[in-house]
Amino acid sequence: MPRTEFTPSITTRPVYPGLSPVPGAAALMLADATGAEALIELALQDAALIAGAHVIYIPAGAPFGAALAALHPKQYHEGPSFAAILPRFRKALADAHMGTRLYLAGSETLIGCATAEALAAGLPAAAIHSDHRGSIARRMQCVHCKGITEGVTTDPFTCGHCGLTLYVRDHFSRRLGAFQGVCVDAETPGIVPDLQEIKP
Amino acid sequence: MTARPLRVSAVEPLTPLVTRFRFECPEGGRLPLFSGGAHVVVELPDDGVLRRNAYSLISDPLDGSGYEIAVRREDAGRGGSRFLHAAVAVGDLLRVGAPVNLFALDLTARKHVLIAGGIGITPFVAQVKQLQRLQLPFELHYAARSRAEAAGLRLLPDLPQLHLHLSGEGNRIDPAAILSGQPLGTHVYTCGPQPLIDSVAEAAARHGWPETALHAEAFLAPPAGAPFTVTLARSGRSIEVSPHQSLLEAMEAAAVDAPWLCRGGACGQCETAVLSCHGRIEHHDHWLSPAERAAQTKIMPCVSRFQGSALILDR
Repeated sequence: MPRTEFTPSITTRPVYPGLSPVPGAAALMLADATGAEALIELALQDAALIAGAHVIYIPAGAPFGAALAALHPKQYHEGPSFAAILPRFRKALADAHMGTRLYLAGSETLIGCATAEALAAGLPAAAIHSDHRGSIARRMQCVHCKGITEGVTTDPFTCGHCGLTLYVRDHFSRRLGAFQGVCVDAETPGIVPDLQEIKP
Repeated sequence: MTARPLRVSAVEPLTPLVTRFRFECPEGGRLPLFSGGAHVVVELPDDGVLRRNAYSLISDPLDGSGYEIAVRREDAGRGGSRFLHAAVAVGDLLRVGAPVNLFALDLTARKHVLIAGGIGITPFVAQVKQLQRLQLPFELHYAARSRAEAAGLRLLPDLPQLHLHLSGEGNRIDPAAILSGQPLGTHVYTCGPQPLIDSVAEAAARHGWPETALHAEAFLAPPAGAPFTVTLARSGRSIEVSPHQSLLEAMEAAAVDAPWLCRGGACGQCETAVLSCHGRIEHHDHWLSPAERAAQTKIMPCVSRFQGSALILDR
């Protein structure tokens, strides 16, 4: 699966430039589903980078676990979900020193949540490398009740917490790892635009 | 850049080569406050030649009672520091500009690692006061030849965060060792000779540090060179730049309006469009990109020179 091409948008909409090996630094890698392909491609560019890396993979039904393990990273761990690998990821960040580079590949939700954790741990944004593969379902924060609704694929959508109908903005919070949803019918209650599928 | 006359209220030799100068308002007022890393440009009227030299402020950023600088006498320099050491005494009036900070602390950092080489200690003397006041984690690495030459030791308080690297005693500073094991969110600031700045940048790159975590300030004096002629299109005249005079100084001497800020090739304020160039621009700045230098469509007059038959600038 090739890297997703996103439509150019506002400056806060994150872009995912792809992964290139940065020699000499400690490497922490996290991927989900088809994001594993980006890590495998990275290994083709620099096998030594992967050999010294701590790789965490969330398969989410994709069959790349064996291929990733076969790259023989210094540490390799598979987990069923982001929440499940989070304690390990946080420990890896807590033990990391300056010079560590974070390689993220896979869904927008994975990249967003992992980036937020890394920034909170003090990792500089310029040390985070990302490559988007697979799902473009969005983590959306309702700007009104602040609740986060996961896996949003339509615009508008219903807030999973307060029930308002929200339209999907491209504005993204790096701190929250979520896009912004705003009430679509505040001035015209009940009158909402037709549902559309969110496109890249 | 508006300069105002300030009275020299103290002249204190710190080492045989480095002297501290203190400036106060002649009328006894308060001076504008600043942040650690700021510098002021001092006008030095040296026997018919007006020099403007930038010096880092070493005094407490929150103390408006006076500004202090520490100047190293460069015998092989253009004369500004020699003038200060030889001809300036307590009571003299010198014109001093307002503080400008091109080397500020990044206050989003979790830890600050300061690396000083020789007289490069000066901006850190003010930054240390700021870091202590804010109670932020930091390390100060001070490289000098010997304790006797380390003028900064006379200016710094007794700091547990100070690491002295005296090359004369066989302890050369090791940037890779300093960078190793630093916590996430550390920023590194280097001030000193260009080779020190380069070695820190090289060690950082080799160990995967992103450039956004690195900051550097070089004390660049305009280099001397062969004389050359420049045509100023907007002024409609040609001026001569003499060997020990910068292009900016030549324009100022000719009363041509030319913007400037740092006078050291770092800030970009003096960037000037080149309308025509038959020859080679000698770029000595840290501002233009390699592509811009190769294109020869821009020049930084504060430090750069020219060799060739014709150079026409948009001034």
